[in-house]
Amino acid sequence: MAPSQPSVANANASAPWLKWLEPLVLLGPGAVWLGVFLILPTSLIFIESLKIPGQEAWSFGNYQRVFENIGGTFIYLTVVWRSFLFAAATTTGCLVLGFPVAYWFALMAPKRWRNLLLLLFILPLWTSSLLRSYSWITILRPTGVMNGFLNLLGLPGVNLLNKAEGVIIGMVYAFLPYMVLILYTSLEKLDLRLLEAAEDLGATAVQTFWRVTVPQVRPGIIAGSALVGITSFGDFINPEVLGGPASRTISYLIELQFLGASRNWGFGSALSLVLILGVTGVIMLLLKYGDRSVIADG
Amino acid sequence: MAKPVRWQFWYTLLAFLYMYLPIGVLAVFSFNASSSSSQWEGFSWQWYEKLWQSEALFGALRNSLTVAMTAVAVAAVLGTLIAVGLARHQFPGRNIYRGVTYLPVIIPDIAIAVATLVFFGAIALPLSLGTIVLAHIVFCLAYISVVVSSRLAGLDPRLEEAALDLGATPVAAFLQVLLPQLLPGILSGCLLAFVLSMDDFVIAYFTSGVGATTLPVAIFSRIRTGVTPELNALSVLLIGLSGTIALIAEFIRSRDRP
Repeated sequence: MAPSQPSVANANASAPWLKWLEPLVLLGPGAVWLGVFLILPTSLIFIESLKIPGQEAWSFGNYQRVFENIGGTFIYLTVVWRSFLFAAATTTGCLVLGFPVAYWFALMAPKRWRNLLLLLFILPLWTSSLLRSYSWITILRPTGVMNGFLNLLGLPGVNLLNKAEGVIIGMVYAFLPYMVLILYTSLEKLDLRLLEAAEDLGATAVQTFWRVTVPQVRPGIIAGSALVGITSFGDFINPEVLGGPASRTISYLIELQFLGASRNWGFGSALSLVLILGVTGVIMLLLKYGDRSVIADG
Repeated sequence: MAKPVRWQFWYTLLAFLYMYLPIGVLAVFSFNASSSSSQWEGFSWQWYEKLWQSEALFGALRNSLTVAMTAVAVAAVLGTLIAVGLARHQFPGRNIYRGVTYLPVIIPDIAIAVATLVFFGAIALPLSLGTIVLAHIVFCLAYISVVVSSRLAGLDPRLEEAALDLGATPVAAFLQVLLPQLLPGILSGCLLAFVLSMDDFVIAYFTSGVGATTLPVAIFSRIRTGVTPELNALSVLLIGLSGTIALIAEFIRSRDRP
């Protein structure tokens, strides 16, 4: 992983202080930038999260407020839980939709066209994610394309816009290319001889899939699920564009505290840290059980 | 594996349909004569004309391009230096440094946006286009350093050593030997960062001042006010443009492969 370093040491043997100059020039500017514009701001929201309007002393009151119960409902925890459910549904959706597609790309597509087809599949990623979310409004709204089609078939129309279903459809659409890309990277490395061996030994296609294919690509499945899960958990755009009052997520709560009517930076900061901690937890699990090379590639 | 067409093929075909259906619907309705997006009422260029005359959207596009180009230019230098520094030097805290450069890739945009907003508030820096640039450099340099690192891992370090042995100064060896080899990696990292910067809504939404509207922020305010057919036309143009950029990036990448 780490290519040579002795070369520089040789060249600068005459001036020891030069030995420090190079890493300083290479890593110093980036460290300053990340320190000032990433670490410092994140530390600041921690301090901010300890402040409560009208109170002098710092406390963890904002964190307790996340568990606030008004009239028998945990009003904030419900939203956090909903964000989690949306993320879980999106991850499952991407996995179910994405796996056969990645499998076809990696093992069954004509070799010559493989890269081009994969590129075409993930091409929508390169366009505005807001507009991709917006495009579903045209399809899902009551007078939209989907209901037009359903009416044509003589079926009753459904309304999925401003509801959980709409948000999840939009999120699966938004993150499916990531899932396919990561699963593809993993499936590409699949040892085909093992599949043949399983077949020769009389395993059915289903048995081969669950006992030979899936264990081999498990790291890819974990990495893809983690990426999609994390991204959809903190997603702001799809719940905002396709969701309604009953499908608000944690990102909406955060926005409300900073730019919306609520204006409570302390509580908003606490919610942001809950979000960051949740994501960090997933990453820890991933580093423990996942395949790092897949993450680096993705 | 010469087997008959299997279900995975049809499944993939359906998945392609899912990926392109929304884009196709937008494209069709961008040529619709009426402003309704539920009924086809004849062909018309009027939404493209409207778009062409929309000063606000073009201003926002200009702002987005300014932000993306400035952020990517600065991040390209910082990100490349980080990648080279991390590959060459062993020091205590190296893994922490590497971990921190990954953070902007991992932490949700909204958390970064909020933290940056609080920070700018704390140092009393008025929000403007400049503050968006400062925030964008952070995630741009993260993506660029990741891409350049993976390119670095596949390089032959002996070439630079040879240059040094032959009397090149470290700076000359860096600029004339290492940098040309890294260029494809830097370019594709920059392209990725550029697209992400152009696409970023959340961070710009939180860190932009009055009058400093980027394209995604302008699009968002239009979506909020209801379905406007100019947006369909804009989507079609943007998809065409970014599709071309993606194909160029793929061309660079495939030429780059051994």
